[in-house]
This record gives sequence, structure tokens and C-alpha cells, in this order.
Amino acid sequence: MTEPALQVKSLWKIFGPNAEKLIGTPDLQLSRKELQTKSGHVIGVRDVSFDVAPGEVFVVMGLSGSGKSTLVRLITRLIEPTSGEVILDGQDITKLSDPALREIRRNKVSMVFQHFGLLPHRKVIDNIAFGLEVRGEGKDSRRNRAQEMVDLVGLSGYERNFPEQLSGGMQQRVGLARALAADPAVLMFDEPFSALDPLIRRDMQNEVIRLHHEVGKTMVFITHDLQEALKLGDRILIMRDGAVIQIGRPDEVVGAPADEYVRDFVSEVPKSHVLTLRWVMREATGTEAAGSPVLQASTIVRDAARAVLATHGPVRVAEGDRVVGIVDDEDILRVVVAEDAS
Amino acid sequence: MSTAIAPPRAGVKEEQPYVDPTKKRYTGRKLLGLVVVWVALWLVVKNRDTLELPFAQTTGLHTWLNDFRDSIEGSGQSNWFMKYVIGGISAALNGIITALQGLLSTAVFPRPVPEIGWLGVMALIGWVTYALAGIRSTILVLVCTFLFGVFGLWQFSIDLLIITFVAVFICVIIGLPLGILMARNQRVSAVVTPVLDLMQTMPSFAYLTPMALFFGIGPACAVAVTLVYAIPPLVRITEHGIKSVSANTIEASRSLGLTSRQLLRQVQLPMARRTIIVGVNQCTMAALSMATIAALVNGPGLGKPVVSALQTLNIGAAFVGGLAIVLMAIMLDRTTTAASERAERRGGHTDVASVGGPGVVKNIVWLERLPRWASEEGYESPPRKHLSNAGRRFAIGLLVVPVLIAVVLSRTYLSLAQFGSFENVPVLSFLSGPKLASVVNTVVRSFVDAVDTFTNGFKEVVTVWFLNPLQALIATSPWWLMALVLLAIAYFLGGWRPTLVTAVCEAVILGTGLWNDAMVTLTMTLVATLLVMIIAVVLGVGMGRSRRVDVIIRPFLDAFQTIPAFVYLVPALALFGPGRFTAIVAALVYAVSIATKLVADGIRGVSPTTVEAARSSGVTPWQMISKVQLPMAREALVLATNQGLLYVLSMVVIGGMVGGGSLGYIVVAGFSQRELFGKGLAAGLAITALGVMLDRIARHAAARYES
Amino acid sequence: MARGTRRLTLACVAAALALGLSACGGGTIQNATAPTGGSGTAAACGDLRIAVNPWTGYVSNAHVIGYVAKTKLGCNVTYSDLKEEVSWQGMASGTIDTVVENWGHNDLIKKYITDGKTVEDAGPTGNDGIIGWYVPPWMAEKYPDILDSANLNKYADLFKTSESGDKGQLLDGDPSYVTNDEALVTNLKLNFKVVVGGSEAALIESFRSAEKNKTPLLAYFYEPQWFFSEMKLARVKLPAYTDGCDADPKTIACDYPPYKLNKLISAKFAASGSPAVGLVKKFQWTNDDQNLVSTYMSRDNMTPDDAAKKWVDANPDKVAAWLK
Repeated sequence: MTEPALQVKSLWKIFGPNAEKLIGTPDLQLSRKELQTKSGHVIGVRDVSFDVAPGEVFVVMGLSGSGKSTLVRLITRLIEPTSGEVILDGQDITKLSDPALREIRRNKVSMVFQHFGLLPHRKVIDNIAFGLEVRGEGKDSRRNRAQEMVDLVGLSGYERNFPEQLSGGMQQRVGLARALAADPAVLMFDEPFSALDPLIRRDMQNEVIRLHHEVGKTMVFITHDLQEALKLGDRILIMRDGAVIQIGRPDEVVGAPADEYVRDFVSEVPKSHVLTLRWVMREATGTEAAGSPVLQASTIVRDAARAVLATHGPVRVAEGDRVVGIVDDEDILRVVVAEDAS
Repeated sequence: MSTAIAPPRAGVKEEQPYVDPTKKRYTGRKLLGLVVVWVALWLVVKNRDTLELPFAQTTGLHTWLNDFRDSIEGSGQSNWFMKYVIGGISAALNGIITALQGLLSTAVFPRPVPEIGWLGVMALIGWVTYALAGIRSTILVLVCTFLFGVFGLWQFSIDLLIITFVAVFICVIIGLPLGILMARNQRVSAVVTPVLDLMQTMPSFAYLTPMALFFGIGPACAVAVTLVYAIPPLVRITEHGIKSVSANTIEASRSLGLTSRQLLRQVQLPMARRTIIVGVNQCTMAALSMATIAALVNGPGLGKPVVSALQTLNIGAAFVGGLAIVLMAIMLDRTTTAASERAERRGGHTDVASVGGPGVVKNIVWLERLPRWASEEGYESPPRKHLSNAGRRFAIGLLVVPVLIAVVLSRTYLSLAQFGSFENVPVLSFLSGPKLASVVNTVVRSFVDAVDTFTNGFKEVVTVWFLNPLQALIATSPWWLMALVLLAIAYFLGGWRPTLVTAVCEAVILGTGLWNDAMVTLTMTLVATLLVMIIAVVLGVGMGRSRRVDVIIRPFLDAFQTIPAFVYLVPALALFGPGRFTAIVAALVYAVSIATKLVADGIRGVSPTTVEAARSSGVTPWQMISKVQLPMAREALVLATNQGLLYVLSMVVIGGMVGGGSLGYIVVAGFSQRELFGKGLAAGLAITALGVMLDRIARHAAARYES
Repeated sequence: MARGTRRLTLACVAAALALGLSACGGGTIQNATAPTGGSGTAAACGDLRIAVNPWTGYVSNAHVIGYVAKTKLGCNVTYSDLKEEVSWQGMASGTIDTVVENWGHNDLIKKYITDGKTVEDAGPTGNDGIIGWYVPPWMAEKYPDILDSANLNKYADLFKTSESGDKGQLLDGDPSYVTNDEALVTNLKLNFKVVVGGSEAALIESFRSAEKNKTPLLAYFYEPQWFFSEMKLARVKLPAYTDGCDADPKTIACDYPPYKLNKLISAKFAASGSPAVGLVKKFQWTNDDQNLVSTYMSRDNMTPDDAAKKWVDANPDKVAAWLK
């Protein structure tokens, strides 16, 4: 396996006056509420570790108050972590000096915010070029780069407008373009679309998917919207009360929830849209399906349904060349119908 | 997307951080109980330990202050600090102002007129206004300055402008960096804020003489006292502006790797610019009002004709001077506002004007939400054509030529240099100073003659039935009982923090040796504040509910907030005779404005949805006011009370001139009589302590309401 | 920020330019048009900076002297409105040349004249200063015996107000004036309470209202005062003043001393050799003269300069005596 683009190792954030002293004490085993009553400290992020592979879209998902926004801010130290390591580009970010940290922020990691964080007194193009300007790039080169970004996110023609003259979706495109302009190794999104209305949100999600195809950046994406997580994420981290509940691919999260909390959470997800054949196939007993069509185990149930239903008898499921199981109409319908019934 | 995730059900609900449920406090019952106990005790122990100090007597502190003054006077020439630092500063200020006066307003012997005559000055003023604020403001400014001439107050007006501008200029140089520093450094803010509180609560009379001690009488001293008064609003508003730059933007900028200098220069300052200009506006207004009072230490300006009109009880002449000051305030206010709107034409717009005046002793700066029609945009409904930037610059450049011609002409012809008299010009003659003054005199005198029996009767009733009993209770309670009562009130209303402040303030008042006078002043302050709130609620509800009422009343409120109190002292005396009630009336006139505006603001701020919902359930207008609008504007009412209180306190000294007695009179006397210097200073300190105490109690009570 | 700053700079630069240019522009208005009258003496006189204390009688003195200095001597006269103590300070520091009506002030005399030697006595103004207790004319007429302080207690009930409670009210004055009234009331065993009016305006308005509505009033007041030409107030006699009877403020029980009002000049100015020094020193007139000028201003609303001119034009002999 290649070197991860981003590594987070047992990261903690405790809010309160003596947070450092609590690390390593048994108090940390207490629940949030107990700890707050006992010592006035609040746990924001509790012992979180994960790796993100280069080019991966890694989604952190949780309800408000679960610590996901804190987590993403710990990574670039917009909030100082209490303990733990964040390895990016071979450096432990938690140990960097201020100037070194600024270099990282200027060149390696960019962030897109829920409320955009644009500068109202600057035009669109100058907002996008802002990051380049602060790292000292010349006017021409940053203008050119910004113009590229304007075209990339589809804002051509709006360069000279002020942010307040744009709709929310367009403002977030500016935010996106500003993040991309620095050509960072890792892009971070903090609930970037939750302030937008549903149709625009879907457009923007597609936009992110498109950009991911085009520029292939590593992305860490924070959301409270499970649909969004399932749609965008290569892998999903589910948080609750600051701690990791489960990390896995979308179908793993839906197919094998780690606990009741996650199960309850994913119960209303249309499973046929997420689960792959791997989750519905039965063991191949031998020859019964010989000669039937072969589908890959990673095929999503919904996409496989037509082929399976059109075939009399079971269909073979393969991982690569090796047949690993079979599915028949009933297996498919169980998933689809169960959904309608709920 | 039809299957959007359902909102989390109860089972999945996350745990929110643990919050204490608010306890019920029964504040009303506790206060009632307190009053019962207090009155009962008072009946037993009244007139004991009241710490009365006869007027002519002084305490050790007072004589010590006198001696201190003497030693400064004595060492004035020999002490290097006094000679070189203070002396240098005041010589520089005097030099600059005298030079500007010689240039613009005052004849420098042997030349019979200033270097630039009125035509040239007007042209210059108009041209600068056009460059900064645009054509509307320019017209307003030109009309106003012309009227100054017609009133016969040309030189005084230009002098006042000079003092105001020099003061504001210094304010900006000192105040802007200080405000920025405070916004970025919590510790600096914690140290400076109480100092600003003191500067704003300390009655200006109390520091007039000490300032004169250091800076000598004249322009330098006028600028110095003006600074004390005008810097705080600028510093506060600058701090507020920088602090209130949205956290999202700051975070986004930090994530881009900005250094803190870049953050300040490229994000915070540009985004706070509009607010900072509001701060400059407030600073200018404060400087204007203080520069008027500075006439008492021979500060040049419009205060002079007003003060000397007071000596001959010439109501009309004082009125004309006051009118000129109001016009100048309007002109400066509109110009700075227009300049800030122009600056921000593209980058968003906030309908705010700051609530200025003495004792905006708030950590948070309260910005008054203007009704839409009252802001510049309101009456510009169809977008007007603006010149492009290049076009404007061209126009400004082109206009230099006529301005120069006007300047040269005003140096050539005496009639263009010296404002003539308009007493014989048709129409305008009615506006000429003496004519206008005599009309006002006649009108006011006949009005007074018609109603003075009635008004005096009214005064008697309020004094006998209301003021005297309350004063008996407060001022004849033994000091220790009164101190305990105040502590208890502070505790019930605001918790232990204001109680602590109250204890300190009580100690200060005791230390000044003026406890009894302070209690008399406290009584008047409370009565005045109560009356202020009654009037403010009546007017404010009317204004908040009806635009037409607002349009009619607001200009009067603005005028009464700006006009120097000296102008209405004589009519008030004529109507009510000297006494504590008259002092209360003087305070009312000044404080009602701000309280009314805040109440109107609160009423208007009630959400239209709520009003609509209430209307749809069929409430009567009275129910709408009493059950919906006033309760929902509760926060504004508390704020209005707080501000009303501080404005009333700032008038205590003026009240001393019309029979208010107690602390106010001692301050005035300390200003005039050598032997009472120390006592007057101590009285100023006591007023400040009263102000801080009342403000903290009100502020903490308000904070409870808000939470 | 940049845009606004640039505009401001532009405005400043251009304003400076305009001012600079104006300096080369003209000077066509002849400087010689300034002083009229005393031809050659103009340069010799120079500045005369008169402090103006806050009462009208003082303003009369100041502007009559100022008017004569300006028109006859060609001085450049400036007036500074100042309280008394501040004026003394001003003379000591050299920003004020003269005070033209001084009421006693033994402490200041000691500090500045005797010890500091920065201020000099410039002789009497000819006015007699009287301080005392007064009632409006109608009262003097109706209750003739009220004019003796011994009878005041008999009438105390008349003077009750809401300010004084169950005692009679004695209305006090402008905070500038030193009073012994609290001690007097105690030591003369009067059933009165001192209530502070707070300003001269408060006193005058009270007298006006009392006379108009025939309401009782007893108040601290003083002469010369322009108000006497509007209303002849009657003075209440207190136990006669004898030298030193007011030495101890605690036991004081006698009337206020009569004041011989005088003028003061700063030592620096006295040594300057300006002809205005002689004018200030020789200036003398009567209470009636002063009241007349004051009345021009207060009743007829004339400007101080117009009032001074009117009196000067009508009294050439007196003026000539000052200029000898």
C-alpha cells in the first residue's frame, strides 16, 4: 500500500482549563456528561485515528455536536489538539512552529467552509486569488491561476462581481475555487453544502464528484447528511460524542452497522442503492448456476437487479475471475421490497 | 433525492453538553421585601449618621487636593515635565489652532480680516465635502455655513469647526491604534475599558479646572478636554468593529495561512471600515458637544455666544447660538455618514448609526438600527446615476479652479472676506441673529407668562408628593443602612459581581466625604430616570408603530440631544423657578431623546411575523402594545433605562446651575471658587462612582434578561 | 481601505495646494484699513487681552475699556470668557493682560500679588460692590419691617417652599460668589434654610417671577448689577459689618463687607509700556454708569460693543480723563 496522504493518530481535544493534565487519567473513560459535571471539561474529540489514501474521498459523518467539525479543524490546527498526531506530507503538524504551519496552510491543505468565509469587500476573482496573494505570488500569475479556477468551477462571467451579488451556491463555488487555487495536496470540506437548498446541494455534490475526477485531489469531507456521505465517500467515518463508531466503505456501513446507533441511522437508507452483491449473495454450492451470467461482487444491487431478474435461476457472483457466490431473484427482492415496506 | 434522510429520531438523539436549568429568582418579591424592611428600619433610625457636610466645609481630602493643585501651580515653571512635556504640547496645540484661526476665521493684527475670507472658506469646505461625501452633503454643508454667516456667528462657527477637527484628528491618531490593539489583545482591553468608562462618566466640569491647570486656558485646554470626552466612543467602536468581523471569515482566512498582520490589514480593517467610520462620526459628535462646553476655559467656538447670552438671560441669543450648533451637528453627521456610505457602496450596507453621547458605558457598543426611510438609501428609491470614479476624480480636479478663484476673491474684496449684516436684506433678515433672537425672546416670554403659574404649581406637586418623600427616605437613612440597601438591590438584580462593584463605589463615595450629597443626587437621578422612561415609552411606542409619528418626532429628539443645555436653562428657570425639579427637567430634556429612540427601535424590532400572528388572533391595538410589543421589546427597554440613567447623570452638573444643589452644585462651585477646587473634584469623583455603580447594576440586570 | 485613503490624501493635498496658492494670491485688502483714529499709536499698543468674568457688569467694564482701547489707542483687543480664578491664573501665566472688575479675593491677592508678584493692583473702578440679602419691591412695600434681619423670623412662614420644607427659603447665588449664608442663618438663629439657585440667571428669573406673581422671595444678590435698572430690589439689613467680624467663618454674624471694586493687570503687561496700561489704570466710573451700559445689553439686547459705543459717545469727558 502506498503512503497515506493524511494520517491521524489517537487525536484528542478536550475543552477546558486543564485539558492537558487530563490526558492519560482514568477520567477520560467517563462519558461526556459525567466529565463535564465532574471537572467542567468537555470532550470534543476522543481518541480518533484514521488514514486517508492519496486520491481518496474520506467522509466524516455525524450529527451536530458529534465533534466532526472540531476534528477537521484539529487537522490544520485551527483548533489546537490536546494530544495526538496528524501526519501530513511526512510531517507531524501538531509539532510545527507557527511559520511552518502557515506554510502548510498556504500550500498543502485548503479548506471549504459551511458559511463560505468570503471577503465581502473583494471581487470574486480577488477572493479566489486571496490565498495566492498572501503567499506572495505576483499579480499576473495569481490572476491567471484564479481565472483558471473561475472557469473550472463554472463561474465565468462573474469574476468582477462582489460575493453578496451571488447566490449561495455560487458563493460556495467561489469558496471551492479559492481552495483549489492553491493547488493543495489535501482539500477539506466542512459541511460545505448544508447551508444550500436541496437542488443546489445536489448540483454541488455532482460538482465535487466531477472535480474529483478532474483534479484527483485527496479530500476530507465533513457532513451530517448520510445521503451525501454515501454518495461522495470512498470511505466513511461515523462519529458520535467525539469518538469513532465505525470506519468503512458505504456498503460496509449500511450492510454491517457497527452498533445500534449506526443501524438506526442507516435504517432508512434505500439499501439497494448502496449494498453490493457481496452483501446479498449466498454461497455457491457447486454447479447449480453453471452457465448463468457472471456479475462482479462490487456491483450495486440496484444495478444488478435487471440482469438477475431477467435470468431464470441464480446468477453467479465473482471477485475478479473467481466465483464467490450466487444471487437469485429472491435475494434481490428481499433488499428492494424490504425497503418499500419500511 | 426523494428519500432524504429523516430527521434523527428520539433514540438517536445525541447528548448535548449539560446545562443548568435556570432557577426561578423571585426578584420582584425580594425587592418588595427589601423596601418593607428598609422603610421599617428607617422609621427607627432616620436622621442618624447621614454624614451631612455643610457646603462651606471641606474634608482632609478636599484640602489635600487643593494643596496638590497649589504645588502644581507652584512647580509649573520649574518642573521639567510641566515645562517641557505639557508645556510643549500645549504650545504646539495653541500654535496650530491660532495659525488655522488666522488663516480661516480670525483677523490677525494688523490685517482686518482672516487670510481667507468667508467666500474662500465656504468654497474650500464645499469642495472638501464634495470630494469626501458627494453633492447632496455639499449642498447641505454650504447652506449651513451660509446660515452661520447670516446668524452673525461666522467666526465662532469656523472656530468651533477648527477645534472639532483638530480634536478629531488627534482622536483618530490615538484612538484607532488603541482600538485595534484592544480588539486583538484581551489584556489591553481589560485594562483600558474601565478607564474609558471613567472618562465617559466623569462630568466634564470636574476636569475643566484640572485641565486648565496643566494646559492653561485657551485652545490647547479646549482640545485637551474635548479629547477626554471624544476618544472613548472611537476606541470602543473600533474595538467592536474589529471584534465583530465574522468568525467564519477569520477562520477561512487563517486556513489560508495568513499572518496576523495580513489578517489585520487585508481582512479585519477592510471589513470593519464601515463601523470604524461610524466611530469617527460618534467621535466628531462628541467633540462638537464638548468643544462647546470648552468655552468655559476660553475655548474658541459657538459656546462663547451661548455662554455670554446666559449672563444677560437673553434666551433668543442663546437659542440662535444653539441653533447654529445643531446645524453644525447635522452637517457633520450627514457628511460623515454619507462618506461612509460612499465608501461602502459596494461592500454591503448596514442600517446602523451608533448611539452616542455621554456615558455609553457599555462593553458592547449599541448600534441603533435606523428605520429604512431614515437611512440614506431610504429616500433614494430609484437608483440615481452616480458618476464613475474616474469621472468624479475629474470633476474634483476641475473644481479646484473655481475654489481657487473664490479664495483669491475673498482675499481681495472686503465684502467677500467679512460676512456682512443681513438685517436689511429681505427674507434673510428674519434669519439674521439679532432679529431671530428678538422673535424668540418675544415668543418664549409670552409663552412663559401664559403658563408659569401652572408649571410652578406642577413643580410643587411633584416636589412635595414625590421628590421630597423619596429624598427623605434615601438621604435621611443612616449611611450604613443605605449602603446595605444598595448592596442588596445590586445583589438581587445582578448577582455578586455588581454587588462587588457597588461596594467599591460606596467606598469611593464615602471617601469623598460627600455621602449625603450623593444620596440627594441619587434621588433626583432615580426620579428623573423614571420620568424619562414614562415619556420614552409613550413616545417610543408611538414612533415604533407609526412612521408618520417617527418622522415628526425624530428631528426634535436629535435637536435636543445636540443643543447645549445652556440654551434651555433660562426658559426652564422661567417656567419652574430654581429647584431640584428644574434640574430634573433639564435632565429630562436631554435624556428623553436617547431613551425614546431606543424604545422605538425595540418596538420596531419586534418580528413582523409575531405582530401578524397576534393581529390574526384579533388583538386590540392596546393589547398589541401591552401584550406583544412591549414584552418583546423588553431588552430594548432595559437598555433604554440604562442609557437614560447615564444621560441623566451627565446632566447632574448642569442641574446644579438651576437649583439641583448637591453634587452638581459642588462641582460647579469647585470650578468657580478656589477654596472649593478639591471639594468640586471630589464631587465629580462621587458622580462618577454613582454612575459606574448604577450602570453596572443595570447592565448585569439586563444581561440576566437577555439570557 | 485603499480607495478611501487615496481619496482622503487627494483631498488633503489639493486643500494644501489651494491654501498655499491663496497665500500668493493677494493681500489686496489693505492692512491699513484696520485701526481707525489714533494714527501713529497703533503699533505701540499691540495686544490687549481682557479677561471677561461671567457677569454683565463686568462685561460692561471690559467692553467700554476695550472699545476705547481699540478706537482711541488702536490696540488689538481680545476678550476671553473666564471664571475669576482662571483669569488670575491667566494673568500669572501671561495669557491674560487684565481683569477689570475684581471683588476682593484675599487668598488670590496673597497668592499672586503679595507672594507671586505676577499680578498688580491697577486701582479702583469707582464702583462700590455691595453683597447682601434682597427682597422684591412689592414685599418691601407691603412689609416695610422685613428689611431688618431681626424681623425675618416673623415672616419665615411666607418664604416656605417645597425646596426648604418647614423653614423659610433663602435663595443663594451663582457658585462663583463666596457666601457666608449658611453660617449667618445659624448664627443669627434664623428659621431659614439656604437653597442653592445655582446661577445668576436662576436668581434673576426668581426675582422676575416673584415680582410678577407677587410671590415672596428672599435671595442673595449684589450691586452693581444691570438688573437694578429693571427692578429696584430692596436690601435686608444684617447686623452691621465691622472690621474683622467675618474673620471666623464659623461664628460670623454680620453683614458682608462693602467692596471697593478694583482692576488688576499682569506684571508682564504693566511693564510692557503699552498705552493701554494707562487706560486700564485710569479707568473709573460710577455704579449708574455701569448699570446703564449693562442695561443696554440685557434689556435692549445690544451687542457689548454697540452698548459700549453708545455710552462712550455720550460721555466724551469721562473718556477723555482716562486717556490723559
